[in-house]
Amino acid sequence: MIEPQDTPTDQAAPALPDLDCAPDVVMPEVIYEGDNTIVNIGPSHPSTHGVCRVIVELDGEIVRHAEPVIGHLHRGIEKMAENRTYLQVVPLTDRLDYVGSMYANWAYCRAVERLAGIRVPERAEYIRVIVCELQRIASHMMAIGPAGADTGATSAFMYTFWQRELVVDLFESLCGARLTYNYVRPGGVSFDLPDGWIEKCREFVAQHPAAMLEIDRFLFGNVIFRARTKGIGVLDADDAVSWGASGPVARGSGVDWDLRRDDPYSVYPRFDFSIPVGDNGDVYDRTRVRLWEAIESCRIIGQALDGLAEFEPGTIKADGMPRLLAPRPGDAYDHIESARGSLGVYLVSDGSVRPYRMKVRSPAFCNLALLPLVSEGYTLSDLVVILGSLDPVFGEVDR
Amino acid sequence: MTFLWGLLWGLAAVMFIAGGAVIGVWWERKVAARIQMRLGPQQLGPAGVLQMIADVPKLLFKEDIVPDNADKPIFRYAPMAVFAPIAMSVAVIPFWAGWAPLDSTVGMVFYLAFPSIGVLGILLSAWSSHNTLATIGGMRAAAQMVSYEVPRSLAVLSVIVLAGSLQPTEVMDAWQWWWIPLTFVGFVVYFIASIAEMNRGPFDLPEAESELVAGYFSDYSGFRWAIFMMGEYGALISASLFGAAVFLGGYRWLPGVAGLAVFLVLAMVLITAVMWIKWTFPRLRQDQLMTFCWTVLTPLAIVQLVVAGVVALWL
Repeated sequence: MIEPQDTPTDQAAPALPDLDCAPDVVMPEVIYEGDNTIVNIGPSHPSTHGVCRVIVELDGEIVRHAEPVIGHLHRGIEKMAENRTYLQVVPLTDRLDYVGSMYANWAYCRAVERLAGIRVPERAEYIRVIVCELQRIASHMMAIGPAGADTGATSAFMYTFWQRELVVDLFESLCGARLTYNYVRPGGVSFDLPDGWIEKCREFVAQHPAAMLEIDRFLFGNVIFRARTKGIGVLDADDAVSWGASGPVARGSGVDWDLRRDDPYSVYPRFDFSIPVGDNGDVYDRTRVRLWEAIESCRIIGQALDGLAEFEPGTIKADGMPRLLAPRPGDAYDHIESARGSLGVYLVSDGSVRPYRMKVRSPAFCNLALLPLVSEGYTLSDLVVILGSLDPVFGEVDR
Repeated sequence: MTFLWGLLWGLAAVMFIAGGAVIGVWWERKVAARIQMRLGPQQLGPAGVLQMIADVPKLLFKEDIVPDNADKPIFRYAPMAVFAPIAMSVAVIPFWAGWAPLDSTVGMVFYLAFPSIGVLGILLSAWSSHNTLATIGGMRAAAQMVSYEVPRSLAVLSVIVLAGSLQPTEVMDAWQWWWIPLTFVGFVVYFIASIAEMNRGPFDLPEAESELVAGYFSDYSGFRWAIFMMGEYGALISASLFGAAVFLGGYRWLPGVAGLAVFLVLAMVLITAVMWIKWTFPRLRQDQLMTFCWTVLTPLAIVQLVVAGVVALWL
C-alpha cells in the first residue's frame, strides 16, 4: 500500500528515471511498398466472430499478410481473479469462453481442486462430463454454422443454431442460465439434475447425430462449399505442433491429440469414444472434424447417462468443503480438452483466501496466432473463412 | 408533349419497380424464412404483408449519411446511375400480344445493353465512397458483370436467331412451344448469368456480406441505400420477366388477360427460384466465378447458339 504524500502542486513533476532493465520497444515504421492495399477487417465486421481487427495487406484480392490485432475485449479477468475468493472467481471464468462457459468453469475448478486437494464425488464428475460434452456440441454448432455463413450459406447457420438452441434449453433447465452458467464449482457442481432432465437429454442425444449427418450432407456435400473450403488455409501437422495449436485445429491437420484420451482426466477413461482426425489441415477438414466430434460427444453423453444411475442423487458436492477456501501455499496447473483445444488454468496460492495469481492457457489465443501463417497467399474471401475455421472466441483470446 | 409522355412512362417504370421491390422484399423474407425453419414477418397484417408498408417510411426517414471523405456529388448521384438503366430495361419487355411499353425494332439489344450500364453506377458509388471495402466490391462487380454479359447475350442471341428479329413483340409472335426444349440450355445459361448480373447469391461477391460488409454500397444509408435495393430487385424482376417472355413463351400460352396472368406467374416462379438458390448455396470465390463464366457458361451458350442457328436454317 502506497501512503498518500503531499505533493506541492506548484512544483513540476520530476522526470521519470530511465529504466535500464529492458530496452525501449521501438515499433518499426511500417512502410508498404508497391500497389498493395491495406484493408482493415474489423474490429466491427460481420465475420470476425467477435471483436477482432485484422490488418490485411492485399495485392488485388490476394492476402499478402494478415495481422490479427487483439485486445479489444480485454477485461483483465486474470487480474480481477486476484481480488476475489476462490468461489467468486467461477463467474469470471464464465466470461472467458462465452460460447463454452462450462469448460472454463471446469478447468478452473480442477486447478482449485488440485491446489486444495479436494476429492469430487463421482456423480458430480459424471454430471461434469455430461454438461461439458453438451457444451462441446453447443460450441461446435457455433463453429460449423458460421463456417457456412462465412461462405455465404446463411441457412446452414440456422440449422446448426437450432441444435445449439436445444442444448442451451437443457442448460437453462439445469442451472437457469443460457450463456454464463456458473455451474461447475470447486468440489462439485452447483445443482443436481432436475426431474426429467435425463430423459430430455436422452431425447436430444438421440436426434442429434441424424441432424449432424443432414448438415454433413447439405453443407459439407455442397459443391460450392467444398470448392470454397478444400485446400484453403492449409496448416501442416508440423506447424500445428510447433505453433501450439490444439483441439480441432490441430486434429484437422492430422495431429492425433486429445487430452480426453492422451492425458485422461475425470471419468473419461471409462467411456468408449473415438477422436476424429482430418488429413489435409484445410478449412474443410478442420470444420468437419468438429461435426464428427459432436457426434462422438453424443456417444459419451449416452454412456455417462447410463453410468449416472449407479450413484445416489444429491451427492454432487465434496464432503467437508469449507465456506472459504484457503489452500496451502503452492501452485497447480490443470488442463482439459475444451471445444477449442487444451484449456489450462494455472493457479498460485499464497495461503490466503484469494488466488495469488491466475493464468489461463487459452487455446483460442494459440490458434488465432496461426492466422498470418495459414492465410497468406489466399484471397480475401478465403481469409474470413480461414478465420472462422480457427474458431476464435475473443473472450478467451483477450481474457 | 413527348417530354411529358417520357416523364409519365419513367414514373410508371419507377413505380412498377418500387412496388415490385417492396413486394419482393416481403416475399424473399418469407421464402428465406421457410428455407431456414422460421416464419418470417408475421406480426403486421396477415402473413406480415403490412411489413412492406412499414419498411418504406422507415427507409425514407432514415438519416442520409454522406461520409466526409467521399466524393460527394458522385456519391450522391451514383445510386441513380445504378437504378435508371434497370428501370429503362423494363421498357422493352413484351407484356401483351403486340405491345411492349417501348416496342423498339432493336429491343432485344436494348434489353441486353441497358442493364450493363448499371455497372458504371456501381463503380462510381464504390470509388466515390473512398472506402477500401467498397472499392474491392466495385472492382468485383465490374469484372463480374462485364464477364457475365457475354454468356447472357449469347444465350438470348439463340432466341433472336430462331425468331429472326430483334423486336421483342416479333420474337414473341414467332415463338413456338418447342423452342423450350430446344433452347433449354440457353435458358439455363441465361438464368445463371442473370443471377450474376444482378449480383445475387451465390454470385453476390460485390456485396459479400461476410467479407465486404455490404460491398460497393457499404457507406450508403437511408433512401440512397433503398435505391440500390430497388435496383437489385428491379434487375431481378426485369430479368425474370424477360426470361419468362422470350424463353418460356410468356403470354403466348393463353389468350388475353389469362395470357398476361400466365406470364406473371412464370416470372414469379423464376423470381422465387432465384431466391431459393440464393438462400441455399454458399458464395463462389472471384476466381471460381470467372472460371465458371468463361469455361462453362460461355461454351454452353455458344453450343446453344450453333444448335439454334442450324435449326433456324430449317425454319
